[in-house]
Amino acid sequence: MKITTAWLKDHLDTKLNENQIIDKLTDIGLEVEGVDSQLGELDEFIIAKILKVEKHPDADRLRVCDVDIGSGEPVKVVCGAPNAKEGLLTIYAPPGAVVPKTQMKLVVSKIRGVTSYGMLCSESELNLSNESDGITELLPEKYNKKIGENYFPKKNLNVIDISITPNRADCLGVRGIARDLAAAGAGILINQKEKKLDKKNKQTISVKIENEKNQACISFGSCLIKGVKNTESPEWLKDKIISLGQKPISAIVDITNYVMFDLNRPLHAYDVDKIDKGIVVRNSKKGETFEALDNKEYKLEDEMCVISDASGVLGLGGIIGGTKTGTELDTKNVLIESAYFSPRSIRKSSKILNIDTDAKFRFERGIDPLSIDQGLERAANLIQEICGGKVSEFDIQKIEDVKKKSLKFDPSLFEKITGFNISIKEMITILNNLGFEIKENKELLDIIIPSWRPDISQEVDVVEELVRIKGYDQIKIIEPEKVRKKQTLNLKQKLFHFLQRSIASKGYLEAITWSFTDSKINQLFIESNKEIKIINPISSDLNVLRSSIFSNLIIHLNKNLGRGFKDLSLFEIGPIFLGSEPGEQQTVVCGLRSGKLARQSWLEKERLVDVFDVKSDVIKSLAEAGYNKDKLYIDDETPNYYHPGKSGRIFLNKAKEKVVAFFGDIHPGILKKLDIKTEALVGFEIFLDNLKQPKKSLKDQKTQYKYSDFQKSERDFAFVLDKNFKAQELIETISNVDKELIKSVKVFDVYEGANIPEGKKSIALNVTIQSLEKTLTEDDLNKINQLIISTVESKTGAKIRS
Amino acid sequence: MSDIKKIKDDFLLKLKENLDLNQVNHIKTELFGKTGLISSQFKQLGKLTEDEKKNFASDLNLVKNELENLIATKINNIKIKEINKKLEKEKIDITLPERPFVQGKIHPVSQVIDEISSIFSEIGFSVEEGPDVENEYNNFTALNTPDNHPARDMHDTFYLDDAKELLLRTHTSPVQIRTMLNNKPPFKIIAPGRTYRSDSDQTHTPMFHQVEGLHIDKNINMGHLKGCLNYFIKEFFEVDKIKMRFRPSHFPFTEPSAEVDIGYEIKDGKIVIGEGDKWLEVLGCGMVHPNVLKNVKVNPDEFQGYAFGIGIDRLAMLKYGINDLRAFFDCDYRWLNHFGFDPIDVPTNYRGLSR
Repeated sequence: MKITTAWLKDHLDTKLNENQIIDKLTDIGLEVEGVDSQLGELDEFIIAKILKVEKHPDADRLRVCDVDIGSGEPVKVVCGAPNAKEGLLTIYAPPGAVVPKTQMKLVVSKIRGVTSYGMLCSESELNLSNESDGITELLPEKYNKKIGENYFPKKNLNVIDISITPNRADCLGVRGIARDLAAAGAGILINQKEKKLDKKNKQTISVKIENEKNQACISFGSCLIKGVKNTESPEWLKDKIISLGQKPISAIVDITNYVMFDLNRPLHAYDVDKIDKGIVVRNSKKGETFEALDNKEYKLEDEMCVISDASGVLGLGGIIGGTKTGTELDTKNVLIESAYFSPRSIRKSSKILNIDTDAKFRFERGIDPLSIDQGLERAANLIQEICGGKVSEFDIQKIEDVKKKSLKFDPSLFEKITGFNISIKEMITILNNLGFEIKENKELLDIIIPSWRPDISQEVDVVEELVRIKGYDQIKIIEPEKVRKKQTLNLKQKLFHFLQRSIASKGYLEAITWSFTDSKINQLFIESNKEIKIINPISSDLNVLRSSIFSNLIIHLNKNLGRGFKDLSLFEIGPIFLGSEPGEQQTVVCGLRSGKLARQSWLEKERLVDVFDVKSDVIKSLAEAGYNKDKLYIDDETPNYYHPGKSGRIFLNKAKEKVVAFFGDIHPGILKKLDIKTEALVGFEIFLDNLKQPKKSLKDQKTQYKYSDFQKSERDFAFVLDKNFKAQELIETISNVDKELIKSVKVFDVYEGANIPEGKKSIALNVTIQSLEKTLTEDDLNKINQLIISTVESKTGAKIRS
Repeated sequence: MSDIKKIKDDFLLKLKENLDLNQVNHIKTELFGKTGLISSQFKQLGKLTEDEKKNFASDLNLVKNELENLIATKINNIKIKEINKKLEKEKIDITLPERPFVQGKIHPVSQVIDEISSIFSEIGFSVEEGPDVENEYNNFTALNTPDNHPARDMHDTFYLDDAKELLLRTHTSPVQIRTMLNNKPPFKIIAPGRTYRSDSDQTHTPMFHQVEGLHIDKNINMGHLKGCLNYFIKEFFEVDKIKMRFRPSHFPFTEPSAEVDIGYEIKDGKIVIGEGDKWLEVLGCGMVHPNVLKNVKVNPDEFQGYAFGIGIDRLAMLKYGINDLRAFFDCDYRWLNHFGFDPIDVPTNYRGLSR
C-alpha cells in the first residue's frame, strides 16, 4: 500500500513530520518497507515561460527558445516540439535532472551547433500522461505567478510504501492508516462530511442477486448518474493517482480508483447504455466467457460470482470488470457499483483464473460490508462535481443482513499475555480510537467490533490491538532461566552430529544440495522405479525429490571437476525420499571421492582413490560413532549404481538385519552417461535410520577392563583357497578357533598367479595369540597352530601352503 | 707390586693415544682376556700369604677398576663419535613439504545449526525434528491458516499431488504441531531444518533453513519471549549489548505477533551487528494463537506461550560475512573450503561458540 503524507493529511490532523510518521507506522505494525523518493527526483522540474522562439539556424524542425525560469537571466533551450510558442507556460528540466520516463540524465549539449541548457518536457516524459506530441501546456491563470517554482509540490515528495499484513484489510485505504495513527497518538482523525446529494431520480436499472447456493455477493448497492461528461481528471486527482504509481485514465475511472485507495472501498462503473436490460449477480456456468478490462478473454468455471446482463457476463464481481460495459470518454450515463463479495469466493476464482487486481486484493482480505453507502456517496459526489450529471437514489440489494460482531473481553488477559499492565480506562480509549464501541461491564468489557475489522474475533485479538497501539517497547524483558530438564539431543540426533563431523574429519567437505533433483539423473541412482514428482517444480531439472544424495552430489562434483579440481572429497548428510507421505524419508550420509591420493608428492607414491579408501572412511566413522568394528559384517550385494565387482554393503553384525552402508566404485556406466571425466570415483552411503542405537551407553561400556601382561606370540599362516572365498569368512573361522586366546587376525598378503593353481588364491595371515592367565608354552602354541590349520582346512576347504 | 704399577703406567700411556675401536678392544683383551696381564696377576693371588694377599688384591683391584673405567669411557666416546659422524651424513632439508593431507570442512549452515542448538540448550530447549514432506493440515490448517487465507500466498508452496494435500514444508512450524500432538505440555523445543518455497532470485533459494522455537507452559508471556530472543541474539552474535526492536506484525499462528529487527551499521564495508541506526529484520515470533493450541488439544486457558521462526542461512550470512545466499548450495569447492569450519570446531558453551 502506497501513501503520501499529503494524502494522509486529508484524514489525519497531525503535527508530526514525515519521518516521525514513518517511525510511528512501523511501531504500530504498519511496516514501512521503503520510502520511494522517485518524486524527489522531480524536485528540479520548474515552472517556466517561453519568452522568445526562434528557428534553429541549422534544423528546420528545431527551435531555440529563451525560457524564463524565474532566475533573472533567461536560458536557451533547443526544443523540437511543434507547440512551443511565445508566452507558453510549461515545465523546464535543468541539466542534471533525470527524465522520469527514460531515466536519462540531462547534460548541457550542443544540438546542431546551438548549445541547449536543459529541456522542456512533455507530459509523457514526466509520466503525467501518454501525451507525447508536444511539451506540457500549463494553464496561465493557475501558473502565471509560479514561474521558477517546482512544478511538483514538495509535500508530495515521498511515496511511503507500507507492507500491510493480510489481516489488516482496513489499512488498504488511506483512511484506515490514518485511524491507526490517530489511535497511536499521532494526531486526530478528521471527520469527513460529504456534501448532501440531491438524489432526485430513481435508479431505473434493475439489479438482482440470485439467491443461490454459494452466492458470493451478499449485497450490491448501485447509483445511476445520468448525463455525465466524462473527461480527463483534474490535476489534484491525477496527482493522487500518479502518486500511487497508477496511470490516470478518465475522471470516472480515476474516481472509482481514488475512492478505493482512499476508503478501501472498491467500486465499479458501468456504461449504462451498454447494459442489456438489467444486472443479475449470479454464479457462472462452466464454459462462459467474457473479455476483461485487461483485454484478456477468460473462460469461467462453475460457481464464480459474475455480474451479468441479459446477453451474458459483464464482469467478475470484485475481481475485474469487462470491456463490454466499460466507461469511456463518451460515456453519458454511468452506474456505480458498490458491493460486498465473500473473500473465499474471490480468492478461489482469482486463483483459478490467475487474475490479480487491486479490487481482488482487497475483497479477498475483507472489505467493510457496511461501507456500501459511503462508497456510493463519495463517488457520486465526485462524479457530479467533475463530470456533472444527475444522481439517482441508491439501490441496495442484499441477500442477508450484515451485523456488527461483538465479544466479551476480560481485561486481565492483557497482562497475562503481555506481562505488563495498563488501566481499563486506557484500554477503552485505545479501542474507541480504533473504532470499537464499548459497553463496560463489571468484570468483562462488552465490545462491538467495527465492521471494517474482519480480523478481530477473539479476546486475544483485542490484546494485540492494545499492545500494538501501546507499543511493543513497553513489554519488559524477562531473562531466561538456565535450567535444562531434558537432554538437548536425542540419540539419533547425536548420531547425526557424530557422523557428520566424523566424515568431515576424513578430509571431506560438507555440501548442502537441494532435496530435489533432476529426474533423469535421479533415475540412475534408484533401483525401483518409484519417483516422487513435484507437481510445480521450480525448473524442469529439479522435478523430483531425490531418491539418493548421489544425484546432486555427482552433479556438483562434476562442476568442480570443470573448475579444474581433480582430487575431490565431498559429502552431504540429509534426507532422501522413499515415498510422498510425510515420514517416508531417510537420513543418509553420502560421500564421493575422486582422483588421486598424494598427487605429485615428492614423498609418497601417488595412487588412485579406491574402494578400500571409502571402506576405511565408513568403517572408521562407524567405529568413532560407537559401533564395534570387529562385529561389522560385509558382503557384496550392492545397488546397480555401484561397480558390481568393487563394492560392498555393511551390516552391524552377522545377523544382517539392516544395511547400514554401501560403499564402492561408482559404476563406470554412470560416469560415461554423465560425461564425468575423472581417473577414479568412489562413494558411500550410510543409512542413519538403519543404525541401531548402541545397547550400552559409554559409561556402561567402560566398566570392564581386562588386559594381559603375559607373553604374546605371533604366528603366520598362508592358505590356498578358492578365488571367490571371502577373506572375512577365513578371518572369522580363525578367530572362532579360540576366542579367548586369539587376539587378532591380520591379512598381510593376498596372492594369485605363479605357483598357485588356476581359480585359487593364497591368503597369508598373521595371528596374535595371548592368554589372560599364563605364558603359553611351545606346546600350547603348537596345539593352537594345529587346531587353526585343521579347522580352516575342514571348514573352508583351504589347504595350508607349505 | 711393581708389576702392577708398571702395567698401570704402561697402559695409561697407551690409552692416551688416539685409538680406534679395534685398538681399544685389543688393549682390553691384552689386560682382561683369559691370559691378559691383569687376569694373570689375579692368578698369583694363591701363591701369597694372607697378609700379602690383602694388600695385593686391594692394589690390583684399584688398578683393574681404573683401567676398566678408562677403557669403557674410551669405547663410549668412540661410539658417540661414530653416531655423530653418521648423523651429520643424515642431515635432510626439513623445509620440504610434509606428507600430504586433506582437511575436511563443515558447512556454515551446519555449524550455525550447532551454534543455535548450543545456545538454546543452555536455557533448556531440546531439539525436535519433523519430515520435509508435510501434509496440508500440519503445514497450514492446524497453524490457523485455512485454505482461503491470503497468508498462504506468501508461501509459494511445492506440491507433490494434484489435490495439494502433500507438500514440501514451507516453514518449520509444522514441527510445533507434531510435537504438541504427540506429547503433553509443557513444551520447550527448537526445530532446525530444511524448508522449501518456490522462489528463486538473488536473495531467495527454493530450499533454505529455518529454526522453529516453541515454549508453552503456564504463564509464559511476551516478556519471556523478549527475554529469550534477546538472550539468543546476544549469544549468537557474541556481543555484550544488542540493539533490538520488536515490531507488531502478523502471522496466522501467533497472536500477538512480532517481527524482530536488530540494529547494525556498516563499518569499513563490513556489517557490524548490535550498534548503529539501521535496522535489519531477523525473525518472526509471537504468542501461539489459541486456535493452534486447540487444534493440538492443548487447553489455551491453562497453557500459553510463544513461538518463533528464524532464517538460519541469513543468520550465517550476517555472522560470517557471507554475501551471496545462492553460494550456500552451489557446492563450489573453493567456497566450501573458505567458509567451512573445521570438524573439531564443535560449538560448545564452555569453550565458546566460535573460535
